[in-house]
Amino acid sequence: MKLSAKEITEHSTWQEMTLGGEIYEPATSKLVNTGAWRTNTPVLDTEKCRNCLLCVPYCPDSSLPVQGGKLLGIDYYHCKGCGICTEVCPFGALSMKEGGQA
Amino acid sequence: MNYNDRLSGNEAIAFAMKQIDPDVMAAFPITPSTEIPQYFAQYVANGEVNTEFVPVESEHSSMSACIGAEAAGARSVTATSSCGLALMYEMMYVAASSRLPITLACVNRALSGPININNDHSDSMGIRDAGWIQIYAENNQEAYDNFLQAMPIGEHPDVRLPVMICQDGFITSHALENITLLDTESVKKFVGEYQPENYLLKKENPLAIGPYDLGCHYMEHKVQQAEAMKQAKKRILEVAAEFEQLTGRKYGLFEEYQMEDAEVALVLIGSSAGTAKAAVDTLREQGVKAGLIKLRVFRPFPAEELAQALSKVKALAIMDKAESFSDHGGPLFSEVRAALYDLEPRPRTVGYVYGLGGRDVTPEHFAGVYRRLLDIAAGGDLGPTYTHMGQRG
Amino acid sequence: MERTYNFKHTLEKKERFAPGHRLCAGCGAGIAVRGVLRALKEEDRAVVGNATGCLEVSSFLYPYTAYEDSYIHTAFESAGASLSGVEAAYKALKRRGKIDDTVKFITFGGDGGTYDIGFQSLSGAMERGHDLTYVCYDNEAYMNTGIQRSSSTPRFANATTSPVGTAIPGKSQNKKNLTDIIAAHNVPYVAQTTFIGNFRDLYTKAQKAIYTPGPAFLNIMAPCPRGWEYPTEKLPEICRLAVETCVWPLFEVENGVWRLSYEPKKKLPVEEYLRMQGRFRHMFKPGNEWMIEDVQQNVDENWEKLLAKCQG
Repeated sequence: MKLSAKEITEHSTWQEMTLGGEIYEPATSKLVNTGAWRTNTPVLDTEKCRNCLLCVPYCPDSSLPVQGGKLLGIDYYHCKGCGICTEVCPFGALSMKEGGQA
Repeated sequence: MNYNDRLSGNEAIAFAMKQIDPDVMAAFPITPSTEIPQYFAQYVANGEVNTEFVPVESEHSSMSACIGAEAAGARSVTATSSCGLALMYEMMYVAASSRLPITLACVNRALSGPININNDHSDSMGIRDAGWIQIYAENNQEAYDNFLQAMPIGEHPDVRLPVMICQDGFITSHALENITLLDTESVKKFVGEYQPENYLLKKENPLAIGPYDLGCHYMEHKVQQAEAMKQAKKRILEVAAEFEQLTGRKYGLFEEYQMEDAEVALVLIGSSAGTAKAAVDTLREQGVKAGLIKLRVFRPFPAEELAQALSKVKALAIMDKAESFSDHGGPLFSEVRAALYDLEPRPRTVGYVYGLGGRDVTPEHFAGVYRRLLDIAAGGDLGPTYTHMGQRG
Repeated sequence: MERTYNFKHTLEKKERFAPGHRLCAGCGAGIAVRGVLRALKEEDRAVVGNATGCLEVSSFLYPYTAYEDSYIHTAFESAGASLSGVEAAYKALKRRGKIDDTVKFITFGGDGGTYDIGFQSLSGAMERGHDLTYVCYDNEAYMNTGIQRSSSTPRFANATTSPVGTAIPGKSQNKKNLTDIIAAHNVPYVAQTTFIGNFRDLYTKAQKAIYTPGPAFLNIMAPCPRGWEYPTEKLPEICRLAVETCVWPLFEVENGVWRLSYEPKKKLPVEEYLRMQGRFRHMFKPGNEWMIEDVQQNVDENWEKLLAKCQG
C-alpha cells in the first residue's frame, strides 16, 4: 500500500488511507489553496522592488519565492493576505489592494 | 539451546530485554517494576547491550520517548506499574494510534488510592481500551516467554500495534522460580530485526506522524486499528506455534485446565491460576468435574474461542482482580459474560472481584467458589452476580 | 557554522516549511518555524518535533504536512520527551551502523506546551543532555484553545481565563521568566530572540542552537494578531517595540556566559508597545495609569537584572 496525500480525500475508505495517519512524502500542504482565504491582496510593483528581500523571511506562508537573489513575485495560491510584507518593504514596492483577487 | 536458571519475574524480563538488545529503553522507576530498568541500566553500564538507555523524568515521558524512538525506526521498550501506567494513559493511546509496536513490561500493581504497592490488575485493566495487545503471565517462565513473543507479534506489518506483557507484581516479579531460558542467539533469531517500512530517520523519504485528523478521517483510522487487532489474534497464534517449535512450550489465547468434561469452571487471569489449579486438583480427587480457564490474551479478546471452550459448562465464575465500580462486576466479567450470550444453552455465570491490593487468595477461597457453582449447576439459585471475595465483613 | 551573516544567501536556501498550512494570516509561529529551519545546513536532514497547539493542528492536518523533513507530534506536554526518544534512536541506530548521515533535532512548542504543561518534559530533556533544540514560539497565551492565560501571559493582559472585569483588570501575575529557568539548567546554549530587521539575530541564534552539541533552547516572541488584538500587518512593528522597550530583550547564554545581543540606544517607554495591542486596551483608561507604571517598573527591574548578568 503506497498512498500519496493527493489521493487521500474526505471520501477515502479506511483501506485507502495511510496507517495511523502517517504521511511519507514531504510538504504535502502545498496542495492546499490557502490563497482562497484572502480578503485583501498584496501586490508587487516590480518597478519599485529593489530585491532587498527584507519581506521574504517575514512571510508566515512562505509565499514570497526567491531565486538567484531576486523576488519572483507572490505565490497567490498560498498567500493569505496578512499584509506583513507591505509593512516591511522600505521602498513601497508592496501594497495591499482590496479583495481576495490577485 | 534451552538452559535452566533461577530468576525472579523482573529479572527474567530484564534478561529477555538483554537478549533482544533493543535500540532504546526509556523508563522511570516504580514499585514493583523498578528492578527491570535497574537490571537493564547495569547491562548498559557493563557494556553488555548496545541499547540507548533514556532515564526519563516520568512515565509520561518514558512512553513519549518510546513513541519518538519507535517512530524514528528504533525498537523500543519500557517497563512500569500502577500509577506509572496511569500517568502514561494519554501516550498509550498515541502509541497505538500511531501504530508503533513498542513493548511494555507491565508489572501489575494496584492503583491509588489509597496508595498500595501490591498486586492486582487495576492498572492494566484501566487501560484495556487504549489499543494495546495485552498478554498476561501466570509465572516467571510465562513472563519470559511472552516477552520474547511480543515483538514478532506487534511488529508484524499486518499488526503494527504495541504490546503489553503483564505479570503479577511481587507474586511473580519478586519471587525466584526455576525457569528455562533460551540461548541469546536463538532469541535474536526468533525475535528478528525491527524493519519498519517508513520511519523518521529513513533517508529515502521523510515521515510525518501524529496528524490532526478531522472528522472525515478519524473514524477510518480507528477502524484500521480495530482491523489490526483482528489480525493480531491470528498473529499471536502463529508466533505461539513458532515458539512451541523452538522451545516445546505451548501457548494459546488461553489455557484450559481440566476443561474437557468440566461442569463448573472459573475464568481468571495471572498468578492466581496456580492457586485455583490446586483447588481444581483437590475437587477432581473428590470426583467433582471442575475446570479452569486462565486467560493469556485479554486484548484482542478471544470471545468466540472462549464461548466454544465454555459451551458445555453449567456454571461459571469469572474472577476479576480489578474493580470497575460499575455495580455490575469487573471488566473480565463483562467481557466473558458477553462472549457467552449467543450460546444455546449458555452457562450460568457469576462474577467475583478478589485480590485487590494484594489481598491473599487461597485454594480454599476457590474451593468455596466451586461449591457455589455446583449448587447453581444443580439448579440452585444464581444469587448475586457481582460480589467480592477475600474481604472482611 | 557560517562566520558572517549573508542575508541573501540564507534566502537562497531550500524552504523547509511549506505553504498551505492552516495557521492564521499573519501568525508569528509560521515565521518562527521558517526562520529556525532556514538555519539548517542544506545537506543535513532534520526531524521536527511539535507540541500540540496552533502550529501542530495547522501544519499537519491529515494528509497535509507542511514539512520537507520528517515530523513528529505526540501530545501537548511531551515535545521534549518525544524528541529525546528520536534523538536516542538516532544515537542507537548510528552506533549500529544503520544511519550514516547527519540528522538534527528541532522541536517547537507554544508557550502553553513549553512554559506550562510541557515544562517537566522540557526540563528533563535539557537535563539529560540530548543533542536537540527546543524552540518555544511564545505568543503569551493558549491561543489554540482560544486565548486563555498562560504563565507566559504578561500582567494585565486580557485573556479569556484572565479577563478584564470590573473587579480584576486582566491577568494578576507577571510573566514567568522561562529563558532564565532553562539557562539555570546549565545547557550549552540558550537564547531569546524575535523577528527583527534582516533576521540576523534569529538566524545566528538558531544556527548556534542547532549546531552546538547538546541541548539548546530558543525562546522566540511570536505575536498572535488574534490574541494580542492588532492588525495582522503590524507584527514587525510590535516585535521592534518589544525589543526597543526592553519588554523582550535579545540575549544569549553560551556555555554559561550571558551576552546581550542588542541594547537600545534609547529605551522606549512600555506604553508604546502596549498601546498597539487590544489586550492592553484597558490600561489606557483614565485612572489606570498605575498599571502602566507597574509594567514599566517590572520591565526596568528585569532589564537591570539582565544587564547585571551580561556584565558579570
